[in-house]
Amino acid sequence: MDDRGQMNTAADTNIETGRRAVPWARRLLKPIVFVTCCLPLAWIAFRAVGGQLGANPIEAVTRGFGDWALRMLLIALTVTPLRLVTGWTEIGRVRRMVGLFAFFYVCLHAMAYIGLDQFFDWPAIWRDIVKRLYITIGMAGVVTLIPLAATSTSAMVKRLGAKRWRRLHRFVYLAAILGVVHYFFMIKAGYQLPALHAAALVVLLGFRAVKKWP
Amino acid sequence: MLIRHAKPSDVASHEITPRDVYLRRRDMIASTGLIAGSMALGWGGDANAALYQGPGVHTPLTNVVEGYRKLGEKDPVTPYEAASSYNNFYEFGTGKEDPAENSGPFKPRPWTVTVDGLCANGGVFDLDDFLKPHQLEERIYRLRCVEAWSMVIPWIGISLADVVNRFEPSGSAKYIQFETVERPEEMNGQRSRFILPWPYVEGLRLDEAMNPLAILAVGMYGEVLPNQNGAPLRLMVPWKYGFKNIKSIVRISFVEQRPKNTWAVVTPSEYGFYANVNPKVDHPRWSQRSERRIGDFLRRETLMFNGYEEEVSSLYADMNLKTNF
Repeated sequence: MDDRGQMNTAADTNIETGRRAVPWARRLLKPIVFVTCCLPLAWIAFRAVGGQLGANPIEAVTRGFGDWALRMLLIALTVTPLRLVTGWTEIGRVRRMVGLFAFFYVCLHAMAYIGLDQFFDWPAIWRDIVKRLYITIGMAGVVTLIPLAATSTSAMVKRLGAKRWRRLHRFVYLAAILGVVHYFFMIKAGYQLPALHAAALVVLLGFRAVKKWP
Repeated sequence: MLIRHAKPSDVASHEITPRDVYLRRRDMIASTGLIAGSMALGWGGDANAALYQGPGVHTPLTNVVEGYRKLGEKDPVTPYEAASSYNNFYEFGTGKEDPAENSGPFKPRPWTVTVDGLCANGGVFDLDDFLKPHQLEERIYRLRCVEAWSMVIPWIGISLADVVNRFEPSGSAKYIQFETVERPEEMNGQRSRFILPWPYVEGLRLDEAMNPLAILAVGMYGEVLPNQNGAPLRLMVPWKYGFKNIKSIVRISFVEQRPKNTWAVVTPSEYGFYANVNPKVDHPRWSQRSERRIGDFLRRETLMFNGYEEEVSSLYADMNLKTNF
């Protein structure tokens, strides 16, 4: 969605645009981004199959998905500033895809925790959610993203109306904050990496605050 | 599939590993190319009888006698490869693989150990002289990390009680304090002030140090300690969480005041001085009720004092273990 509240994705299906000779770069943008976003999963799966995830593969899988969930979320939040700063409008077309990939990795991360780490021990999972702040915050982040993913289709944008849709999707900022805080709280010492992610998020949110841009 | 044990002396009653996994343990170890010989079980007392062998990369230790090895049948020894590649040793970085990757330049020899404080025979000792009066023993212990994972490791070390007796602490000495070497030029983690305040400090109450289970380890799997496992000298108190087992020790002090151990200084709400393994006392970050044995898929219940209740519970008879966590 651009600053006029219009879905960039609408342009994809625009027949007029489609009829024009589409440059190769433009035609390839989405497939390239799609494949790139799959690479972390492929890399983790490849190492898992090859037994190369170290002595504690369950932890490696859970953390690997968690790392990429947060990175994808931050990358998704980078799309619009990048477009506005560089004037490269095409890039706006991949924002929804990257955002959905972020949700995908968030789901994989949560599923690894529930299904591998805890092996569906629901009472233990519930105790974790209630007692352990970083898990409480992480789960809050997952829940925050669910309505956003559910309303990501063009049809849902139409149904909600651009204004309401945009307001709802501002919750992505909250989810990103929860993700970074979750990362901070799960680390015991040596906060450089979470601090780096926090700094990136501050820049991305700061850009929007300065631009007075939703 | 769970098999229940009734024997109270057995560590096993809660730790049920599927029998087929247990039976495959030798294959699992052999398949990683770690154990060339066979495992001779039982109590021998023969010199040179170190049962477990490493990869043949490090110097093998000789004149080692068999020591404590009371394990449940769900306690197969963790493959050497896992025990030497999955480490918490923040002096070499905070990632689990960092110590193995970054500790190459570290020089564990020559090494001196300073013994000072409230004792009669302190001094500065070359490591060989420090070890000379003591008998090396192989002890197989469970290691339970505060992060809720665990291993079973055959250590080679000397009785800490013997060390304490040798230096004759005075009556006013109530605690023993240990300090890790500080060598930022060889230990990349120490070049950052954002990780932990260096050097790493740990300590024990003197009666804890005198418990027969407490050892100072110099080797594992039949060989000298790899750098990432705390070469050349580390503490091993198996009833406590892993972080108590300070690595690469250069100073041992007998003191009157309770040592300010590093993690308790950094995060006092999460880490205490005692750090006894206790499934009933929660850590804000990890449930301590269960743990994942490295190599297992399913978690297992964590045992009181890591299964060493019989040996150590008398140390804490009158203590509130919830407040003294």
